[in-house]
Amino acid sequence: MTFKKSDHGAVPFWRDERYLQIIAQVVVVAALLVLGYWLVHNLLTGLEALGTPLSFKFLGLTSQFDIGESMIEYSRNSTYTQALLVGLLNTIKVSFLGIVFATIFGIIVGIARLSKNWLVNKLATIYVETLRNIPLLVFLIFLSTSVFHKLPRVKDALSAWGWAFLTNRGIYIVWPQPSGGWDVYKWFLLGSFIIGFIVAAIKFREGRRTGRMPLYWLWGFVVFALLAAVSWFIAQFMAGQPMYLDFPSLQGRNFKGGKSLTPEFMAIFTGLVIYTSAFIAEVVRAGIQSVSKGQREAATAVGLSGFQTMRLVIFPQAMRVIIPPMTSQYLNLTKNSSLAIAVGYPDLFAVGSTIINQAGRAVEIILVTMGVYLTFSLLTALFMNWYNKHTQLVER
Amino acid sequence: MSRKLLVLFLVLLLAVMALAACGGAKETAAPTEAAAVTSAPTATEATAAQPTEKPAMQEGEGMLATVKARGKIICGVNQAVPGFGFLQSDGSFAGFDIDFCKALAAAVFGDATKVEYRPLNAKQRFTALQAGEIDVLIRNTTWTLTRDTELGANFAPTTFYDGQGITVRKDSGIKTLQDLQGASICVSSGTTTELNLADQMAANGIEYTPVVFETADETTGAYLDGRCDAYTTDKSGLVARMSMFPHPEEHMIMDVTLSKEPLGPVVRQGDDQWFDIVKWMVFATFQAEESGVTSQNVDDMKNADDPNVRKLLGTEGDMGAKLGLDNDWAYNIIKQVGNYAEIYNRNLGPDTVFNLARGMNSSYVDGGLLYSPPFR
Repeated sequence: MTFKKSDHGAVPFWRDERYLQIIAQVVVVAALLVLGYWLVHNLLTGLEALGTPLSFKFLGLTSQFDIGESMIEYSRNSTYTQALLVGLLNTIKVSFLGIVFATIFGIIVGIARLSKNWLVNKLATIYVETLRNIPLLVFLIFLSTSVFHKLPRVKDALSAWGWAFLTNRGIYIVWPQPSGGWDVYKWFLLGSFIIGFIVAAIKFREGRRTGRMPLYWLWGFVVFALLAAVSWFIAQFMAGQPMYLDFPSLQGRNFKGGKSLTPEFMAIFTGLVIYTSAFIAEVVRAGIQSVSKGQREAATAVGLSGFQTMRLVIFPQAMRVIIPPMTSQYLNLTKNSSLAIAVGYPDLFAVGSTIINQAGRAVEIILVTMGVYLTFSLLTALFMNWYNKHTQLVER
Repeated sequence: MSRKLLVLFLVLLLAVMALAACGGAKETAAPTEAAAVTSAPTATEATAAQPTEKPAMQEGEGMLATVKARGKIICGVNQAVPGFGFLQSDGSFAGFDIDFCKALAAAVFGDATKVEYRPLNAKQRFTALQAGEIDVLIRNTTWTLTRDTELGANFAPTTFYDGQGITVRKDSGIKTLQDLQGASICVSSGTTTELNLADQMAANGIEYTPVVFETADETTGAYLDGRCDAYTTDKSGLVARMSMFPHPEEHMIMDVTLSKEPLGPVVRQGDDQWFDIVKWMVFATFQAEESGVTSQNVDDMKNADDPNVRKLLGTEGDMGAKLGLDNDWAYNIIKQVGNYAEIYNRNLGPDTVFNLARGMNSSYVDGGLLYSPPFR
């Protein structure tokens, strides 16, 4: 022991590899800190010299511009913060719906690519290979200028029996609107839902006990639908008709009423869904193919049908391969939604860049925008990682 | 083990000291900076004779020296508004604003071709100016208080007095602002027109849907596709864009003016000499028209009897030297680019497709707003 110690002591620490490694790391970190400090300092003094020091006070000022579509109350008298919030909500709307629909389409196409049916297989292959190889921006501009803006004009609107209208100013669909009896009916609706849920839970337990699982979700749904229908008439008797159908109609220069989707939203939404679903299809295909052939054969041997094999055996096992790359597809979709600016959809980035010009606060707005996207992406990643752990645990 | 810890501690201590040294350097640097900043204004106050002291200037040398060293002017321009700033099919730029870029080059270098054009869209322009990407912005830019102050810009004299207008289809039956109730209106993002539209509609209680696009091309494209009932921008811009419509006769400019739009060259704040040069470059074109100096007769006029003309063209006095330029700076502008009337007529006048009446954009002697301070 003493011999080892003296031997070790003979090497000074600046020639000891272990210490050198630590020193190297400390030096790199210090250099990065200095570089970062230098960059920030440069920015701040630069802005100071321009007479526009870094400040976020302007966010409370009146925005003075209008925004085409908003999920909250907004006018030119609102503040820049509210304008950014409008943009953020529009981003969330298109990202959330985009993720849901891209997942559905992606899974369908992914499974179709593995189909033994020649036509289905080839169609899915063409879908994937074409769409994931066109740059998204080009695809969006195509959708905007050559598809949605080329739909019929308002006067010649394409009508589906008066229930829906297709024009180049948007798609208008008949939509239920609450009326007199809604205040009463909404409680009935909540009650029906709870009872339906309880019925489903009871059926589920019964299935667990007996080993023969009934269609518990269908049970729940039917009970809910029946109760909702019956209580509709009770509510109507008590307080008047709970809801009415709001039909879109041409009033003045544009359609009014119903639910409307602007061509700008449709362009960015369909663009993101179609583009991302091509990637998701490949992820799904890879996941399914990663499950060993023996599993499928075993499932067939115990007499499961093709659909059952997929749902009960293959897919749960494929999930652990699918989820991590799926997370990055979701993040990509969210971040790609900033391309909305190219088709005129007022998302966070589009509103932000308008503010940059109107308020002249480029650095501040870009910082806010980057911060929001980062938070948004990290939250998505956090959720997906949690979900990933969850599926990994189930898998033994 | 304890030795390892000791060494680690020492290394960390070294790193902290190094950082602290950096911080210390900053702290010592900061007071001197502060001192410089505080001393500069007092110096200016004390010795008012030297108003050119500029604490904001970092480079140490002015824009003029920078531009001269580079050998050309970088001019931020439009590329999509015919008549004002337009990228032609042969790759060259032409237009009213472009000619003022040329005039500036003629003033600084005596050669109107020494310009590099930097096409910018409405949203990029101020960032490009602030960041020093361009020396001057001549891109139908409206002079407003906010832009003059918060955006760190300085506006040279207005070269074109404009007002915001609205184009609609003739068969739409829209005549007044009230007819636009419930309409969709296409507008370019990041413009004063976007704000004026919101103001005017709010003032008149008209509900409308703005459809906002990045570039003028996208905006007019959407309007032509029927996405919007109307398209709004400055009237000059409307005329210019309409000249490119497939069927211009189907559209018309409504008889309403939403705003005042004084358009002119813009420079970055912080260099008064450069600002002066751009200002007087514009005034030279005004003055030349007023005094009847044209590119045709400028050589003869050099020896005119009128002392004002002699001062303008550098035969008398040292007006150019006061700006830091050659004395024949204005001569070069007029010889190579022309006076205001020539620039206007070449790009927007009766011989062009636009045929825009001079209106407010006439010399004050003809009842317009163009008025140059005296060259003396």
